[in-house]
Amino acid sequence: MNPPITKLYALILVLFAALVAFTSKWAVFDSTSLQDENANRRPLIEEQQVKRGFIRTADGVTIAESHPEGGGAHPVYVRDYPQGSRYGNPVGYSFVQAGQTGIERSENAALAGERNEFKSILDELRGVPQEGDNITLTIDSRLQQVASDSLQASIDQFGIDSPGGAAVALDPSTGAVKAMVSLPGYDPNSVKDTSVLQQLNSKGSGSPLFNRATQSTYPPGSTMKVVTAAAALDSGEFTPDTILSGHSPQNIGGVPLFNAGGEEFGDIDMTTALTHSVNTYFGQVGEQLGTDTMVEYMKRFGFYSDPELDYPDGQMAPSGPYNSDGHLVTADFDVGRVAIGQGGEEGQDLTTPLQMAEVAAIVANGGELMEPTFLQQVTDPDGRVTEKLSPHVQSTAISPETASQLTEMMTNVTAEGTAANLSLASGTTFAGKTGTSEIDVDAGINQPWFIGFAPAEDPQIAVAATIERCQGCFGADAAGPVVTQVMDAALAEGG
Amino acid sequence: MSARNRELLALIPVALLVTAGFTAVFIVESNQIGDISLIYGGYFLAVCVGVHLFIRVRLPYADPYLFPLCALLAAVGLVMLFRINDELALKQASIFVAGAVLLALTILFVRDYHVLQRYRYLIATAGILLLLAPRLPGIGTQVNGAYLGIDLGPFSFQPAEIAKICIVVFLASYLAEKRELLAVAARRVAGLTIPPIKHFGPLLVVWGATMIMLIYIRDLGSSLMFFGAFLALLYVATQRLSYVIAGLTLFLVGATLIASQITHVQDRIDIWQHTFDKNPCHLSEQELHAGDDCGVGQIQQSLFAQADGGLFGKGLGESLLRLPGPFAPDCHQPFPDCGSILPAPHTDEIYALIVAELGLFGGVGVIVIYALIAARGFKTAVMARDGFSKLLAAGLSAVFALQAFVIIGGVVKVIPLTGVTLPFVSFGGSSVIANMILLALLLMISNDARRPPPPAREGGPVVEGLPA
Repeated sequence: MNPPITKLYALILVLFAALVAFTSKWAVFDSTSLQDENANRRPLIEEQQVKRGFIRTADGVTIAESHPEGGGAHPVYVRDYPQGSRYGNPVGYSFVQAGQTGIERSENAALAGERNEFKSILDELRGVPQEGDNITLTIDSRLQQVASDSLQASIDQFGIDSPGGAAVALDPSTGAVKAMVSLPGYDPNSVKDTSVLQQLNSKGSGSPLFNRATQSTYPPGSTMKVVTAAAALDSGEFTPDTILSGHSPQNIGGVPLFNAGGEEFGDIDMTTALTHSVNTYFGQVGEQLGTDTMVEYMKRFGFYSDPELDYPDGQMAPSGPYNSDGHLVTADFDVGRVAIGQGGEEGQDLTTPLQMAEVAAIVANGGELMEPTFLQQVTDPDGRVTEKLSPHVQSTAISPETASQLTEMMTNVTAEGTAANLSLASGTTFAGKTGTSEIDVDAGINQPWFIGFAPAEDPQIAVAATIERCQGCFGADAAGPVVTQVMDAALAEGG
Repeated sequence: MSARNRELLALIPVALLVTAGFTAVFIVESNQIGDISLIYGGYFLAVCVGVHLFIRVRLPYADPYLFPLCALLAAVGLVMLFRINDELALKQASIFVAGAVLLALTILFVRDYHVLQRYRYLIATAGILLLLAPRLPGIGTQVNGAYLGIDLGPFSFQPAEIAKICIVVFLASYLAEKRELLAVAARRVAGLTIPPIKHFGPLLVVWGATMIMLIYIRDLGSSLMFFGAFLALLYVATQRLSYVIAGLTLFLVGATLIASQITHVQDRIDIWQHTFDKNPCHLSEQELHAGDDCGVGQIQQSLFAQADGGLFGKGLGESLLRLPGPFAPDCHQPFPDCGSILPAPHTDEIYALIVAELGLFGGVGVIVIYALIAARGFKTAVMARDGFSKLLAAGLSAVFALQAFVIIGGVVKVIPLTGVTLPFVSFGGSSVIANMILLALLLMISNDARRPPPPAREGGPVVEGLPA
């Protein structure tokens, strides 16, 4: 009976080999596809079991933290936003029910503690429960508060049809985002409730989830003249003293272009033209530079691509001339009108508030565009710094000479030009440019802008602010005060 | 080195495994299990040494590796149970005491297992009655549509575990006596070997009993295991592959017919074939709404748990098992009967948990231990000196290995998943006790087989003739 016993054992071994083969299939070969299977809730649940790191402002105010909820020894961590709506944008939210947006999304890997394999094995051996890294943002809570409050005040005073608005403050020498406000805001704590989330996403809600500072593209109006002047000076084709006619109207792109209010200027130089925001002058500059030079300089300033900010791609938009199909165009648009922040069907200049803040920051920083960033530092749960802000030059847009010429011209704007009504509390000189783009000419509805930096001689802060709709208002009176108040707050802190 | 010293040495890995495993789990879960629970491991090791000493006295020639290998499995099981819930580990350690006592009692009272041949019909009847017990009103209980257990007041019991030993004893005894008749007196008709009907009667009874199990207790897994053991023994006894093929065909025909009639069996097959389909077993809206999933969730979770394991596993106590906080359902039963993402992690799905936490290597390790135990069992069968011993050892080894195959096979989706325990590893009284009795029988057979022949009085040593 021995041979059949041996054969029987061989059969058993074959059966066991099948078990080994199938175990390998599930545990190793098909592992990834099983983890992606819809019915598999394990990855989701496991992520909730990790204590997510906190998010703080540069001055130590907690914006987001996680608290254990339920389950005793097996809790899940739920996000809490103690500052409510103040940081809804740009920080965003992170909930199982609602998903992730904003910085919560772009920094998820660090916050969720997805560190390198070797370190997590060490942690496992040490029995350390997995915990996320903590993030300190470059945002300053006082600047954020001033920006938010003053923007809201301007909207309340000038806005019609409950418009939105945005303000961005950058440190020109490092690219650090010191404040970013998008109004109307929302309380990230509320989106845990999916019905609230749906309502915030619905029409007529005022789109509070939308980060207007990075996502909304608006006609920049005369603030665009800074880019045009930069291109004119840096290309060597113009100097601040180049004389052109300020007569209104001028034939630009085959269509008469008027100065604001039809105001007449004689033969003027560029400094005067920028100081008084003369459309006809810069329309001619645009046409003389030509499309290629304008596109080249817009690109140098960061137009035509998403800002190089550590932020979700879906929540940023590039700036530049858009045609009526919504595509960015690099040729065949009315370059004279784009040069003054306008345009037509074949190309309407549209920019984000972040982009316009970068324009001011480039001039402030001697022509170099610093890569914008939210990250001051990342620390692991033991307090060790794993990542620190290191300023990075994104591009050299213009020469230092051009930048200093522009600074002088923009200082004239606030001294005796369209923004002469604005001043800083300390009396510090500052540089700026107003913008007032016409949204509805017949109803007199405008979008006011102001961009600038301070102090003019040693820039510490660059700011851009805009409000979507106001009636009969101008950049200097509606958007200007937002910028100057943020500058005051920043300088008070620095000093 | 003597066999008994080798056995003692082979227990060292068991001690190491228990110590390392308990320490690892304790470190990970120290916030919720008491220091006292660490002694459950010591408790278990003491039982192992006790059993070893008993074997040393009563069965000095027994196979030295059978017991340590089984203890190794039990150690793996105990560590996993400790990881699930320290109370489970305490209960299981206590069950091992009862099992060890029963092992000793079996060896003491049966003394010469050959006497079992005399009571074979009684044993077969007892086996079949045990199988039918879960259908008896009052004590029978239904789990997932199958009637697997009986409820005797404070404890429940799965009679199929004991019945499998009864059936194997009967078959071994019957076939040892009739095998020559079955094999030799066969006639060949049209190229097929037809066995003499007269001698096949009792075997058809066994086949019938298996089918009855499918119909009445709806236990596909045990049926597979029983019938597999039956065919294995028939083959070993007669060496006729044609019988095995005929038997398999009969089983498949019977099973197909029965599956088409009994929804529970059909469902098991449907969820095996269409694990990731929507509503694989065609439930009505009403049933779906009531939360019925005809068990497809279990096999899905089984695969998801293994997918988390990878090559080396997540580490003891590190895989997701207990549903945390708001994900946990409202439980009326304690964990892990409720609130575990992997259903039945301590019984049916313990292998999936092993793969999740110890990885492919852990899973293969367990399979290798079963293969080694089967190897020692079959070796005993080869060495045994008479037909009954050979058939009994082969039958017990086969049924043991098949049980491991049926449940692991279900968990890794080689075959439909059924509720059979993983021998020595799964939590459960009847399983441990039945397998301890099985182990006792194997140890007794090996003790006989390996006993040195008595010294010859005159001339050369007497060589006992091995049965052909």
